[in-house]
Amino acid sequence: MSTSTVDLQHDPHGEHPDDPHHQHHFTTMEQQFDTSKIGMWLFLATEVLLFGGLFVGFGMMQARFPEEFKEAHEHLQRPLGALNTVVLLFSSWTMVMGVLSARTNQRKKLVIYLMITILCACIFLGVKYFEYSHKIEEGLLPGHYYTHHGDKIPNTHGYATFFSFYFMMTGLHGIHILVGIGLLWWIAVRGNRGEFNSSYYTPVDLVGLYWHLVDLIWIYLFPLYYLIS
Amino acid sequence: MAQALTHSDPHIGDRPRPAKNYLNATTGIWSWMSTVDHKRIGVMYLVAVLSAFFVGGMFALLIRLTLLTPSHKLFGKVLIDADAYNRVFTLHGAIMVFLFIIPSIPGSLANFVLPLMLGAKDVAFPRLNLASFYLWCGGAALAVTSMIFGAVDTGWTFYTPYSTTTQNAVGLMTMAVFTLGFSSIFTGLNFIATTHKLRAPGMGWFDMPLFVWGTYATAIIQVLATPVLGITMVLLALERAFNIGIFDPKIGGDPVLFQHFFWFYSHPAVYIMIVPGMAIISEIIPTFSRKTIFGYRAIAYSSVALALLGFLVWGHHMFVAGQSELATVIFSALTFLVAIPSGVKLFNWLATMYKGNISLETPMCYAISFLLLFAIGGLTGIFLGALSTDVHLTDTYFVVAHFHYVMMGGTVIAFIGGVHYWWPKITGRMYNEKWGRIACALVFIGFNMTFLTQFFLGSKGMPRRYYNYLDQYQPLHAFSTFGSWVLGLGLFIVAAYLLASLRKPMDAPDNPWGGTTMEWLTSSPPIEHNFEEQPVLEHEPYDYRPKVKKHA
Amino acid sequence: MEWFRSLMLPPQGSAFAAEVDALYMFLFWLSAVLFLGIAFAAIYFAIRYKYVPGRVTPHITHNTTLEIVWSVLPLLLCVVIFFWGLEGWMKYSVAPGESMEIQVTAKKWIWTFEYPDGSRTANDIHVPVGKPVKFIMTSEDVLHDFFVPDMRVKHDIVPGRYTEVWFTPTVLGPHHFTCAEYCGKGHSDMMGKLTVDNEADFKKWLETGGDDWKNYPPEVWGQMQREQKGCATCHSIDGTRGQGPSWKGIYGKMETMSDGKSYLVDDAYLQESMMQPNAKIVKGFEAIMPSFQGLLHPQDIRGLIAYIKTLK
Repeated sequence: MSTSTVDLQHDPHGEHPDDPHHQHHFTTMEQQFDTSKIGMWLFLATEVLLFGGLFVGFGMMQARFPEEFKEAHEHLQRPLGALNTVVLLFSSWTMVMGVLSARTNQRKKLVIYLMITILCACIFLGVKYFEYSHKIEEGLLPGHYYTHHGDKIPNTHGYATFFSFYFMMTGLHGIHILVGIGLLWWIAVRGNRGEFNSSYYTPVDLVGLYWHLVDLIWIYLFPLYYLIS
Repeated sequence: MAQALTHSDPHIGDRPRPAKNYLNATTGIWSWMSTVDHKRIGVMYLVAVLSAFFVGGMFALLIRLTLLTPSHKLFGKVLIDADAYNRVFTLHGAIMVFLFIIPSIPGSLANFVLPLMLGAKDVAFPRLNLASFYLWCGGAALAVTSMIFGAVDTGWTFYTPYSTTTQNAVGLMTMAVFTLGFSSIFTGLNFIATTHKLRAPGMGWFDMPLFVWGTYATAIIQVLATPVLGITMVLLALERAFNIGIFDPKIGGDPVLFQHFFWFYSHPAVYIMIVPGMAIISEIIPTFSRKTIFGYRAIAYSSVALALLGFLVWGHHMFVAGQSELATVIFSALTFLVAIPSGVKLFNWLATMYKGNISLETPMCYAISFLLLFAIGGLTGIFLGALSTDVHLTDTYFVVAHFHYVMMGGTVIAFIGGVHYWWPKITGRMYNEKWGRIACALVFIGFNMTFLTQFFLGSKGMPRRYYNYLDQYQPLHAFSTFGSWVLGLGLFIVAAYLLASLRKPMDAPDNPWGGTTMEWLTSSPPIEHNFEEQPVLEHEPYDYRPKVKKHA
Repeated sequence: MEWFRSLMLPPQGSAFAAEVDALYMFLFWLSAVLFLGIAFAAIYFAIRYKYVPGRVTPHITHNTTLEIVWSVLPLLLCVVIFFWGLEGWMKYSVAPGESMEIQVTAKKWIWTFEYPDGSRTANDIHVPVGKPVKFIMTSEDVLHDFFVPDMRVKHDIVPGRYTEVWFTPTVLGPHHFTCAEYCGKGHSDMMGKLTVDNEADFKKWLETGGDDWKNYPPEVWGQMQREQKGCATCHSIDGTRGQGPSWKGIYGKMETMSDGKSYLVDDAYLQESMMQPNAKIVKGFEAIMPSFQGLLHPQDIRGLIAYIKTLK
């Protein structure tokens, strides 16, 4: 019988009184880490479903307007899309290296890798900026803002629908990149202060998972929009 | 030493009440607003969802009053016109579904009880839990704002293209629903992680109380279905703002696609509403029968089965809506599968009562009401699942009656039963038992008067969402309205004696009903960190066999 | 048994109705038996095993045989019900080839019907007894639903699409149809009359609009047309402003149009407003009224004008 049980009510840090990151309702740091990971995976599942709804909507509309969608995608600059894909893939690698550095107590390396990841994210957004402004100039805009001239099929809403989805999906993805930059910056600052080590690097790990998801979604967006055939 | 669970006498476990509990450990408004204690958040949720229930209920009474006569006149004056009526039933539906029933049991009771049942000190992510509550508040604020800006007259289902073309505050309401969706996701996410990682030492998956199983199954649906509702609401709002061309047929969209999106969430949402209700019943029945639950695993698996099947039957809302014939036939076949786990639960509860030692305290009265009302709700579902009868009955009062039997006769009755069951634990006080039973009887009678009538109205061909109706339906409408008054009176009495109990000093024992789950091990109300010592599970759940105290 | 069915269900107007009712009644009795069984068990157990302090209950955790039985039996029953429902559904969803086709256009909040010979009606249809009729339906604005309770059929009407519903009427006389998909303010007023005629009466009605009108003074007939043809949805008779101008005191008045010109409201003006409603739009209103060309027979127009004259 556990007569030796610590009276937890008066010791919020339980068995790890020395680790400031340990929350009172977890018995061990390991349990706390695993729990955080489950939470993050579940959150990522909701993200996949959020985008999933848009993918399904895109598919339905593509089935309705196959010709328009095919023609509309030619307005997208495939090389720029490909460049962004490479940039994001590279940033995923630097993120992995960042997590590894945190786990192995390499503080400086962690910060450098995170900075490179942020730089990649900024390049991605920069490229997106050029793409967007090109679309805006040509009137390739969503819904009733669509003013592009010279399309092959007259009297159709198909082109506008294509660009509605293009802006919604890449826009939502772009917002995720922005949030990602904020999160990366936050853990970089904390990492620089030396808050992470081999026994506590949960935030780095979780932001890493998030960043891979953002990357993964782009891996699906790129062929969907740029490589329709 | 760890506390051993024994239960031959319902009042065992009494000991001096600790001076400090979760209610008075810290004081001041701010200590509540910034709390991360799951019990306080549960209490705040309880107050919030009950307020929403009150508002939604007032709208319901107004709807019934309007339909009392075909002329809608009371003392010679027309009560509300068609436009106002459409807004009132939309608000009734939206408030009851999104602000009340979906967050009701998970947000309030499960939030309070689930960690206690697992022997945990809190949920996995206490701050996320508080965030979920504030998101609820934000959603409620947006909904109220939409009322100020002309409200919404689309029905709670927001069907396109009516919702994309009507001139009122649909945008605000969709944002409210979007926000409430994320509140629900965070609650679900929290419960899944809590159930996986924070069980007491020795508690395996099949040692968990069935309420935890039900809440866990619900949480899966909350996490997996709600994002789709979120994106649907965004698409609807963007369609209104930019004519993106997905739902509005005038610009090439497909209005039926909206229905697919909407029901892909909103059918699983039906199980977000009913499964926690069933989970409460699975606690109350063994406790008041003083007998182990019959078919523990069957009940646990059937909760999960309902959660998963819930994702496969959304098309049964659309048999006559213009989806493909093949899809309709498949959805009908799948729908019948839902009957099996629901039936299994019902039979298991009855078998639990068999040879029990049954006392009819208020929670048990609600549990038996639930059995009868849910039976009717389930059986009338078969009429709607069968294809040919559904053609006649869909979009009529039959459907209205059916889902009120499941949502109100099922979930809300279970919720009220659960509030009574855990009231001593939450507040430290017993309520007036005599009034409890009287009110339960009134609620039961009033509910049946109101809604049994509507099965007949619907079968006779009375469509739903009708302001004007043919004179031939008047007697039934009037009877239904009288029933709503009895129902309203019953609920008013519940509110009165529960609030009255708060005025007296704490008098609840730790375990007033002789429950076997861990929440009864701690004091009533619990201390701030739930347990003085980490409880350890020493026997299977719902074990009512007489025991010798091992460590006396 | 017949009277018992009529307690719950509307009169049967078609062969399909009888089939639906057979399944409905089967489900009703099945549900009644199951419900009473459940209720009896719950109440009996509560009384029979009433609380006695200190009594020990048996520890029964499960019973595999029993659990299999109560899972499999309902499943078998469900299979039977599914196929029963499917059988009716097949009939409902496939119209016979020789059906008479009526085109239906639903609009907030009026029904218009077009017969194969080109004649049109609003909110009022006649069909011949014993012949299958198929309704090919579309909507001009939002979702509607064509519901004929006596025939036990309904189907949503979707803008931008055509949907179909059919039945073979078997019972002469009046029935009603109604909108069953929420469509806004006038949703519950979107009702109409379905009359099942014998062959001869139907032909006559198709050609002349029938003889009913001869039984009424013109202004009373006009008043009935206002309700039936959907005028009432937009034009009030008490001066309240609706989607269109109120009829109260309109006859003999000078109305200012949206182009600034004024006209006297007389017989010719009213007739024009029914046939070509968008020729002149009263200032402050929108051009939303559909043309009633072909919808109103001469006696209807006469009646409506006579009725409007009485609204002082």
